[in-house]
Amino acid sequence: MTDAIVAEGLVKRYGSVVALNGLDLRVEEGTIMGLLGPNGAGKTTAVRVFTTLLEADEGTARVAGLDVRKQADELRKNIGLSGQYAAVDDNLTGFENLDMVGRLYHLGRARSRERARELLARFDLEDAADRPVKGYSGGMRRRLDLAGALVAKPSVLFLDEPTTGLDPRSRLGMWDVIEELVKGGTTLLLTTQYLEEADRLADQIAVIDHGQVIAEGTADQLKDQVGGERLELSVATNAELAIARSTLADLAVGPMETDERQHHLTVPIAGGSAVLIEAIRRLDGEAVKVLDVGLRRPTLDDVFLTLTGHHADGEDEK
Amino acid sequence: MKLLHALADGSVVAKRNLIKIKRVPDLLVFATIMPIMFVLLFAYVFGGSIEIPGMDYREFLMAGIFAQTVLFGATITGSGLAEDITKGIIDRFRSLPMARSAVLIGRTTSDLVNNALVVVIMMLSGLVVGWRIHSSPLEALAGVGLLLLFAYAFSWAMAWVGLLVRSPEVFNNASFIFIFPLSYIANTFVQSEKLPTVLRHFAEWNPVSAVTQATRELFGNTSPLSPAPDVWPLQHPVLASLGWVVIFLLIFVPLANSQYKRAVAR
Repeated sequence: MTDAIVAEGLVKRYGSVVALNGLDLRVEEGTIMGLLGPNGAGKTTAVRVFTTLLEADEGTARVAGLDVRKQADELRKNIGLSGQYAAVDDNLTGFENLDMVGRLYHLGRARSRERARELLARFDLEDAADRPVKGYSGGMRRRLDLAGALVAKPSVLFLDEPTTGLDPRSRLGMWDVIEELVKGGTTLLLTTQYLEEADRLADQIAVIDHGQVIAEGTADQLKDQVGGERLELSVATNAELAIARSTLADLAVGPMETDERQHHLTVPIAGGSAVLIEAIRRLDGEAVKVLDVGLRRPTLDDVFLTLTGHHADGEDEK
Repeated sequence: MKLLHALADGSVVAKRNLIKIKRVPDLLVFATIMPIMFVLLFAYVFGGSIEIPGMDYREFLMAGIFAQTVLFGATITGSGLAEDITKGIIDRFRSLPMARSAVLIGRTTSDLVNNALVVVIMMLSGLVVGWRIHSSPLEALAGVGLLLLFAYAFSWAMAWVGLLVRSPEVFNNASFIFIFPLSYIANTFVQSEKLPTVLRHFAEWNPVSAVTQATRELFGNTSPLSPAPDVWPLQHPVLASLGWVVIFLLIFVPLANSQYKRAVAR
């Protein structure tokens, strides 16, 4: 397999602020890479370098086999970009927007029109096609912007926070659309600050913080880095909590955590549901009344917290 | 081949800008209301106190109004670009395999079309207040052509300023620094020989004066009793105007292009 995106040692500074601090990244052809990081981690800067909008101060990057600096003109024919802010013209209709993009990809008049109608139908914008974009909802604008990125059927697609600012329903719709469009073998680089989004869409995830990739792998691999499964259970009283703790001690593969106020116990385990069943059997034998019990895997947020010391939303450093 | 591509891409961008004039007609309405107010103000309020030997003031006035109108019209280039670069649409353009210069070519071209529309409206309002063309149709056409050529060249200067300040609001204030002296310390509304010495020199060499004088001559709005001042640009106004157009283009096309690259690469 060849790599559709290769970045080596990318550095970009804005005065004293270092947006990219030696970023290395490889994205295999035909896969979805999720670039996950908090606001200001350097995700957008990286996308801007890959799409030739910005020149890095140091390092090299190749997209679809072409150098972003030396072969920028050729490269632009092979990529599609949908940015964080919908890059559509408010005064133009949806059709006019896509037709314009087609003409600027030099598809020719007839092909541009045809492609515009095709995409409007595919993104469920047929009814609004001939209305100015000014009247579109946020979700419609994003879909139109995404359609714009697909006009020339690019081999590498960049989506910079495609669902930021969308309501939950539009977000789900957007996910379906994105899943659908990469079935055709397009390589996709997706940036997001939503763990759920990376988890659901990406084959590979690169966690980025302070302009560097700090961890990389599939969602499962990243979760394994933080730790495996754990058993979480709630009981009614602290007395029962103590019994549960001693009963389950030999199932734990690491230190257990107790929360006396919530009567909550977390037991790191290995072995999955068999261990869960065993635990319930033992607790039943001790007549401990279990209010809630479950087998949990670490979430990407746990991954994030462990790797960076702060949550993915970047709101509070801890 | 490269130029051909740039022109084709430029026309796509120009079409996009012109659709905006169609969708937001208020822009065109307000672009003409101000010059029309100037026509009324000078024709009926100040005009009575300004005497031009050998001719009616309104005949004298209109060439100045036309020059001022295209000057103001050209400022749309700056505010339009300043607005565009604050929005995502420029990123979209830049990620496409289109000519780098197409955004500027398209913008200046659509503003030329806009200016042509405004000049036609202003000529009609001139006819209403008593202005007449006394030259041949060919000369009159040359007059309109010269105005638009100057407007186009000045658009590039405004493009540079717009990309320099990068905010439509700041641009609107900044552009007045250029527009005011250019349009008023000139022979647009009064005869330049009546100005105090320093201002007179400025007015005589002001590109807008040359364009105004050239337009007056091409429309036949002159009188032997009010000869043009004895300075080269006003004695040869058509040549001087064309010279200014060339100078403006030579300076501001490269400046605007390099400022565009600087403004968007962040």
